[in-house]
Amino acid sequence: MNIELPVPSLAVLIGPSGAGKSTFAARHFLPTEVLSSDQCRAMVSDDISDQTATSEAFEILNAIASARLRRGRLTVADATSVQQRARRNLIELAKSRDCPAIAIVFNINERTCQERNEARTDRKTPRHTISRQRRELSRSLRGIRKEGFKKVYVLEGPEQAEQSEICRVPNRHNRAGLSGPFDIIGDVHGCRDELAQLLAKLGYRVNESGAYAHPEGRTAVFLGDLVDRGPDSPGVLETAMKMVGAGTALCLAGNHEYKLMRKMMGRNVTVSHGLAETLAQMEERTPEFRQETLEFLQGLDAHYVLDQGRLVVAHAGIKEEYQGRESERAFQFALYGETTGETDEWGLPERVDWAREYRGKASVVYGHSPVPDAQWFNNTINLDTGCVFGGALTALRYPEKEMISVPAIKVWRESPKPILPQRETRPNPHSLQLSDVAGSSIIETALTGPVRIQEENAAAALETVSRFTVDPRWLVYVPPTMSPCETAGQGELLEHPEQAFQYYRRQGITKLVCQEKHMGSRAVVIAAKSAAAASDRFGIETETPGICYTRTGRRFFHDRETEAAFLNRISEAAGAAGLWESLDTQWILLDCELMPWSLKGEGLVREQYAPAAAAARQSLTEAATLLEQAKSRGMPADSAAARNAARRDAAERMAAVYARYCWPVQGLEGVKLAPFHLLASEGQVHVNRSHQWHMETARKLAGADPELVSATSCRSVNLEDPGTEAEATRWWERLTADGGEGMVVKPENFIATGRNGLVQPAVKCRGPEYLRIIYGPEYNMPENIERLRRRNTGAKRSLALREFSLGIEGLHRFAQREPLHRIHQCAFAVLALESEPVDPRL
Amino acid sequence: MIISITTTHRPATDLGYLLVKHPDKVQEFDLPHGTATVFYPEASEERCTAALLLDIDPVKLTRGRRGSPLQEDYVNDRPYAASSYLAYAINRVFRSACAGQTKDRPELAVTPIPLEIRLPSVPCGKKGKFLRRLFEPLGYEVEIEKPLLDPAFPQWGDGPYAALTLRRNGTLQETLRQMYALLPTLDGKKHYWVSEDEIDKLMRAGEGWLENHPEKEVIASRYLKKRRDLVKQAMERMPSPDLETSEGEAPADKEADMEKPMKLADARTEAVIKTVKEAGAASVADLGCGEGRLLTALAKEPGITRITGLETALNPLERAKRRTGRLPEVQQAKISLLHGSLSYRDERLAGHAAAVAMEVIEHIDPDRLDSFAEAVFGAAAPDTVIITTPNREYNRIFRLAEGETRHQDHRFEWTRQEFREWAEKTAAAYGYETGFIPVGPEDPELGPPTQMAAFAKIKKP
Repeated sequence: MNIELPVPSLAVLIGPSGAGKSTFAARHFLPTEVLSSDQCRAMVSDDISDQTATSEAFEILNAIASARLRRGRLTVADATSVQQRARRNLIELAKSRDCPAIAIVFNINERTCQERNEARTDRKTPRHTISRQRRELSRSLRGIRKEGFKKVYVLEGPEQAEQSEICRVPNRHNRAGLSGPFDIIGDVHGCRDELAQLLAKLGYRVNESGAYAHPEGRTAVFLGDLVDRGPDSPGVLETAMKMVGAGTALCLAGNHEYKLMRKMMGRNVTVSHGLAETLAQMEERTPEFRQETLEFLQGLDAHYVLDQGRLVVAHAGIKEEYQGRESERAFQFALYGETTGETDEWGLPERVDWAREYRGKASVVYGHSPVPDAQWFNNTINLDTGCVFGGALTALRYPEKEMISVPAIKVWRESPKPILPQRETRPNPHSLQLSDVAGSSIIETALTGPVRIQEENAAAALETVSRFTVDPRWLVYVPPTMSPCETAGQGELLEHPEQAFQYYRRQGITKLVCQEKHMGSRAVVIAAKSAAAASDRFGIETETPGICYTRTGRRFFHDRETEAAFLNRISEAAGAAGLWESLDTQWILLDCELMPWSLKGEGLVREQYAPAAAAARQSLTEAATLLEQAKSRGMPADSAAARNAARRDAAERMAAVYARYCWPVQGLEGVKLAPFHLLASEGQVHVNRSHQWHMETARKLAGADPELVSATSCRSVNLEDPGTEAEATRWWERLTADGGEGMVVKPENFIATGRNGLVQPAVKCRGPEYLRIIYGPEYNMPENIERLRRRNTGAKRSLALREFSLGIEGLHRFAQREPLHRIHQCAFAVLALESEPVDPRL
Repeated sequence: MIISITTTHRPATDLGYLLVKHPDKVQEFDLPHGTATVFYPEASEERCTAALLLDIDPVKLTRGRRGSPLQEDYVNDRPYAASSYLAYAINRVFRSACAGQTKDRPELAVTPIPLEIRLPSVPCGKKGKFLRRLFEPLGYEVEIEKPLLDPAFPQWGDGPYAALTLRRNGTLQETLRQMYALLPTLDGKKHYWVSEDEIDKLMRAGEGWLENHPEKEVIASRYLKKRRDLVKQAMERMPSPDLETSEGEAPADKEADMEKPMKLADARTEAVIKTVKEAGAASVADLGCGEGRLLTALAKEPGITRITGLETALNPLERAKRRTGRLPEVQQAKISLLHGSLSYRDERLAGHAAAVAMEVIEHIDPDRLDSFAEAVFGAAAPDTVIITTPNREYNRIFRLAEGETRHQDHRFEWTRQEFREWAEKTAAAYGYETGFIPVGPEDPELGPPTQMAAFAKIKKP
């Protein structure tokens, strides 16, 4: 016998002990596919035949079966299952996971079972138990086919059991092998002429057999609801039937086809919602056509999984857990969508917005309820643009994701209710769920593969994002941290360009850029051509053309007027620099430093740095006076006085460093923005461009508004040319001599791979004076610096790489218009990683 | 940091005997956190000054602190300002003097002499009131001088450190002990872990003067790093007729202070619970439960059987866990606490009859309130929603300046009109109807201090 098992499904082996179930299972299935009640019993009690452990054993069996089926794995229940109650539990279990249950009955006579049991060495079932099980099986055989199994196979005798073969078949929804390309067509509702126009527009031609076919072998997919309400439902059906017959189309059932089918089968259905017209039109056709139609309708499914699981088409949409599943409720969902069970003011079922919660990997394309425009939302799209109600007939090209539509020739039917955008009746908040970000998670990135986020870090980020950051729709990118170069080996310096160059040299990278490191605050600037363009692209209502936020996602300007003035200036500068045209975009995302530091950091200066310097000034000055007095008395206080003088000098130098970065600002007067990357614009993430391009773009912006925007000075270094290296080092010395922060060394290519994979996208090299505000004023005294050299940049570098790849990943997802939760996960993850403990001085 | 001690007692150089440090020597002492140098800038018959200069090793200071997220650990005032480090050094370097032991001048050790203490860099509030309250009751003449925070930035004003001069007649031993006990209280930061031993040390140093000090509770509290259990023990060991509590601590929470006299927090809880009961809700979600004040009150209500507390900030949530953990088991069993956020839809919040957001919305940026509304009215969607928030009009009675908020984290405070508009718009968008209830003593013109809206889901016919 050939036993067909759809994948996934639950195969239930039925028969008394000794019937050969386990032997059969071992021959046909993976050990992990088989869940044996005996084994479960042993697991909880160490005794395979301890009947007192039965209920706990089944708890385990059920839990594993349930998990496996959820994951779409074929699962075999190896228990006697001779009682109907036991089988009912398993059928319910399969149903709860939307999988069919298949019965395989071992109808083996009692003598054989008893003999096999006797021959066992490990354990024996009591004789009377086997007799009872055999009797129960015989009783079961009568009604087993009505118990709810999708299919029941009865193996008559040991021989048949031995000779049977198992054949795993994909279920009928699984067409993952078909990869199109597809042209997916929304609800036609009898609009035959519009369909003909649309097919023509898509490039389909009628071939010799009378079916539409595409010269490039594309496949049309009808999303269902081909019939009812419109002028020629049979004509539409005929078109679809010919195409399906010719293999140039797939066709789904919609609720209207389902109802028509049942009517044609003579079932009792209410004739409404345009069914009457269809029936009348069908009457004008031949009985053969009607018969052919009925057979066609009976063969339709309400959803398919296509293109290796990347695409799902379903008439009314389908949630992730029902995709590729064969169950009544999956069928109902795909046919009618999810409803609250209540009716709205027009007497139509009130729909639940399942797409809001949708988090599946597959794109879901559906129809069923008319919308004014087809729009992607959370990786789903509704193509029913209400052709029959005078809207349009819309097709989606897949994988191109291009939309083609033709307008309705006329209003064929008045819509029973106004056609509204699906989500406009409510304010338009984002659709993020806590489960999108909370807990530990793994984020796949193109650059470094999976990045793991720990639960406690996610918890810390949740607080930040809820309380302090800008709206998640703005927060598409959070910049990564940056590691310093390795520690200079000797002398008075902790950091020196030599170590930065050496890092890249060791990685086999020779072309570098050195950029001046501005000391301000890191800022991400999203600037759009207009406020409307920003609203449109970022899905958030705004009156300013963009936003500016800090590296921790906080709004940069609290004064909205200043913010608006700032963004307008940047937007105008981008326009004057020709960026809207040259990048063919309505918006840009810039990675910048915003100065002065005191604009954001004045609190820090006044509460931490300046007080430290003040305490030092007061205490060390008095000590100096007292030591001088002691010296003048002839006390041997020279060394103490010298030490004190050095400390006082160090503290004053530190004060001079922070003073350099504090200047008063009046509105935008005094504010300087130094962009160093133009990270993204419409459809593009500019990480494939060289840093020269980014610097050049920044120069253009600076040229357009020199008062507000600063270019960043930079040097190219070729490590094979010692001259350029020496010149860059001298440049760094000049930059840092009087407290400048230093420079950032980057590989010439934005993303560079070295001997050990992805290399640091940037390494900073800070000046000796500047480092006083990092390591403390006295850090470079000989007795201190030697101890401070023992620092390790490893953790910081690992963090920098993970954050970098998450940031770029988020931008790519944004550029590709992925659902918000997929973009937000990346930004959130960077904020989560920032709570990892790393030496903050690095 | 440095401390200098001057006397004009004749012969002034006897100070050397009292300190057991020779006036004509410069002596160094190795201490765990750096080096102490003792020297005498002047030493004559008429006037003698001893100075203790403490050079803190800044690298040692940060050791064992790797991974701390605060930059503050690395650039700070610790090496320069008077603090527990200096107190420690005084006790170590002048151990005999602190114990009152001096072989050569035993009678002088118990004789009050004119003393002047100089501390050039002492943490100090705006006007130095606290310094005066600490030292004046002990008989010191207090002189405070406050230099600029940074001479290069005169607009920043005075710095947070005073140059302090203290003068009085007293024994050197008691003066040193007072410095030892009081220097750590100037900023309340101690560089070491505080345990019960510290109570003994405080008692020893405070013998004879602390128990009569009007600020003794503040001193004990700051000395013991505000560990309530230890402070309580210390206070029990200092019997005194004067039980008046001090007002030494700066008010940490303006809002709590303003509201205390009118018991507004209690009135709010009461009003919320009354509304929950009127709605007949058996399950309640407390959204933004903070430290669990409302949770514990709800748990006492017999009609309420399930309570979910949701909080975004981790620290208050921890405290809420501890707080609810002290409830009777029956009440505890009703409560579950969740870390979550009202910026996201959260399926765990579905299925409650009522949801309360008490004093929560004003902590959310106004442009993110739509996400809050979605999470509460759209996703959790209970039959009843109760929201309270300050009434800005009432701030006049709190004597707040125009534009000043009751709490620094308040992103906005609404007038009654503004709250009503938001509530009605939100109610309409999500199918609720709403009523408004005043909470707290109502002013005829300005309304109540707290405003409350109760939303009820409109049932489909």
